[in-house]
Amino acid sequence: MADKIRVEALSAWFGNNPALHDINIGIPEKSVTAIIGPSGCGKSTFIRCLNRLHEEVAGASSRGIVLLDGEDIYAPGVDPVLLRRRMGMVFQKPNPFPTMSIMENVAAGALLNGRMKRSEVAETAEKYLRLAALWDEVKDKLHKPGVSLSGGQQQRLCIARALAVEPEVLLADEPASALDPISTAKVEDLFMELKERYTIVVVTHNMSQAARISDRTAFFLSGKLVEYDKTADMFTNPSHKETEDYVTGRFG
Amino acid sequence: MAAASILLVAALVVYELVSRSSPTFDAFGFAFLAGRRWDPVSEVYGALPFIWGTFYTSVLALLLALPVSLGVAVFLTELAPRWLKGPIGFLIELLAAIPSLVYGLWGLFVLAPIMQATVQPFLAKYDYLPFFTGYPLGLGIMTASVIVAIMIIPTISSISRDVMYTVPETQREGGLALGMTRWEVVSKVVIPYSRSGILGSVILGFGRALGETMAVTMVIGNTPKISLSLFEPGYTISSVLANEFAEAVGKLHVSALIELGLILFVISIIMNSMAKLLLWRMNRYSAGTRL
Amino acid sequence: MKSGGLHYARRRYTGHAMMALSLLAALAAVSLLFWILGYVFIKGFAGISLDFFTKLPTPVGVAGGGLANAIAGSIIVVGMAGAMAVPVGVATAVYLSEYGRGPFASAVRFVSDVLSGVPAIVAGIVAYAVVVTAMGRFSAFSGSVSLALLMLPIIIRSSEEMFQTVPDSLREASLALGIPRWKTVLKVVVKTASGGLVTGIMLAVARVGGEAAPLLFTAFSNSFWSFRPDQPIATLPVQIFNYAISPYDDWHEKAWAAALLLIFMVLILNVAAKLYARRRTH
Repeated sequence: MADKIRVEALSAWFGNNPALHDINIGIPEKSVTAIIGPSGCGKSTFIRCLNRLHEEVAGASSRGIVLLDGEDIYAPGVDPVLLRRRMGMVFQKPNPFPTMSIMENVAAGALLNGRMKRSEVAETAEKYLRLAALWDEVKDKLHKPGVSLSGGQQQRLCIARALAVEPEVLLADEPASALDPISTAKVEDLFMELKERYTIVVVTHNMSQAARISDRTAFFLSGKLVEYDKTADMFTNPSHKETEDYVTGRFG
Repeated sequence: MAAASILLVAALVVYELVSRSSPTFDAFGFAFLAGRRWDPVSEVYGALPFIWGTFYTSVLALLLALPVSLGVAVFLTELAPRWLKGPIGFLIELLAAIPSLVYGLWGLFVLAPIMQATVQPFLAKYDYLPFFTGYPLGLGIMTASVIVAIMIIPTISSISRDVMYTVPETQREGGLALGMTRWEVVSKVVIPYSRSGILGSVILGFGRALGETMAVTMVIGNTPKISLSLFEPGYTISSVLANEFAEAVGKLHVSALIELGLILFVISIIMNSMAKLLLWRMNRYSAGTRL
Repeated sequence: MKSGGLHYARRRYTGHAMMALSLLAALAAVSLLFWILGYVFIKGFAGISLDFFTKLPTPVGVAGGGLANAIAGSIIVVGMAGAMAVPVGVATAVYLSEYGRGPFASAVRFVSDVLSGVPAIVAGIVAYAVVVTAMGRFSAFSGSVSLALLMLPIIIRSSEEMFQTVPDSLREASLALGIPRWKTVLKVVVKTASGGLVTGIMLAVARVGGEAAPLLFTAFSNSFWSFRPDQPIATLPVQIFNYAISPYDDWHEKAWAAALLLIFMVLILNVAAKLYARRRTH
């Protein structure tokens, strides 16, 4: 499988504090890639560099090349707003817009990008709510506020919202860490289905989750990429000692 | 002990205002509110010109101040670099510290002449609209509204700014991640999220505008007239109180003035309470959506 | 990723335009501030002289003289107002923050909040109704009452906030040493918050020192020196108003000079309060 994203020599800082050192990695398309590592190792920073959200933080900076389908997203003249159409993101804490209904939330991004007319909102909402495995639970209450759902449902709503923009890549920053086990399972199943159509990168601190859903796993430590391998191989036969220590639970 | 005093004070305020306006109330009843004539000589009193003047200038002031205030708030929360936020915020707050009197002085000697010489003649071309009929005098509803607008900008903008500040970063990022431009994040995420608080600040500003005395008195022309035209002079409740109270003779005159004061008091209290309620709800709201 | 079609171009253009407008708004507001302050400084400076501070006003139409009595009068009236409002206000704030739970305290807090929205002129009317009619004439005291009415809610709110910033650990330490509650409140809480209290009082003074409306028919005015609380008294804001609406140029000049003095005072108090507040958080 070709690499959807190729990262070369990516480094990032918050002010003067380094967060990522010289990351080199290739993310294959239509698969799930997990990013694991202890707190503070830079995994969130990494995926936020992929959709150029990192630079929106005051004082943050980065350097390096990130190729999406062969084109550098950090090249001068590239508009981050357009880039983010192609990269959807789901956050650790579900963040539906509280002033919008469920239906409006799903459509929020898509309406703006001009991919949809107002009259198509209901149709689009249904399509992506089905895709996010949320339709049956909310079809009678589409006009209720987005925040009236449970945590797990809100997160799937955010996934539907991200998908409605029709991105090519879905980035997920610990998407299930705030959810109960049942919702977590639903989200994990969803990712496994979605990988047929999307390239998915998931940050997680839950190793069994990474083992369950991902095809490849990257292990980050202190801002560096230590090891990157097929998931099965990494967990059964890690080539670095730090990796082995981490996956066997000796720290983190 | 001492705390009860403020309750006593409040009670006293209400009592005095109500009781001393009773002679007028006995004489005119609720018709006082609709009466258009104010004539101390013949002892005929009607509140309508003043109620009109007060509301008209305040509404106009609000219309002028709102876009500027929101612009300032957006600038301070979204656009300004970190080192600039503090100083600019402070300067805007200084606008609020300038006494009404000084605004009046400036309005009388600086703004009114400018209005008369340039702005109003320019607008007089549009005299097919009822807002621009009449002779441009400089002093009048328009100048008063502009001055009051300047005075309430700091109120609206600083509360709006505080409210917009509390919008969680994750909401903004959610918008950005969907591919929104910075402005779209502001208009579609931040402002809707803060709308109760912004509304509260607007009502608070409106309440302040209603009670403005000195600045208005000095530039409004002090004529009890009801007219849509911005060039015409007018009279607000607070201005007539400022001008006539010291020399009011006769029980009915004083009582009529006090009843005007009572009206102003009641409206201000209502506005203030509504605003505080909205702002309080805003605090609870943002706390409640945290999972 | 470089183009995006017409639709996107319009979105981008709108975004930039709106951001530019908001910058414009901020610039407009700040330049208004400088315009007004600048004008007061320039016009007022001409009238400032030693005479201004030391002489009494001359009769109508005669040039010269000063506003010494008005300056003194303002200090007296505001001083008296403070003397009334500060103890009551601080005591109420102490009650609210240290002892107040339950419906009574909520009522007090609510009423105080609501009263803070009372327009200055209405405060003047109340002072008139209560004091002037009782005394039968205008007086400095009635002026002070009206100003005190305005200061009270401000002081209550800012003092209560200050008391809240005193950490509970201090209170507990003091109580644990066996010091009775009332002494703890006095010696520990009030003392620790005293700096912040002073800032609040400074701001309240700055706020009412410039008020003219309530004084127009309470303290009224006086062409001579007056130090008695039961007599009308000249104050700076009222004099500014009277001079400004008069037809005499000389009086206009004095009005600007007085306004400069007023602004100066208000600015100093505000800046000092801000600096003090910032220093305490370091």
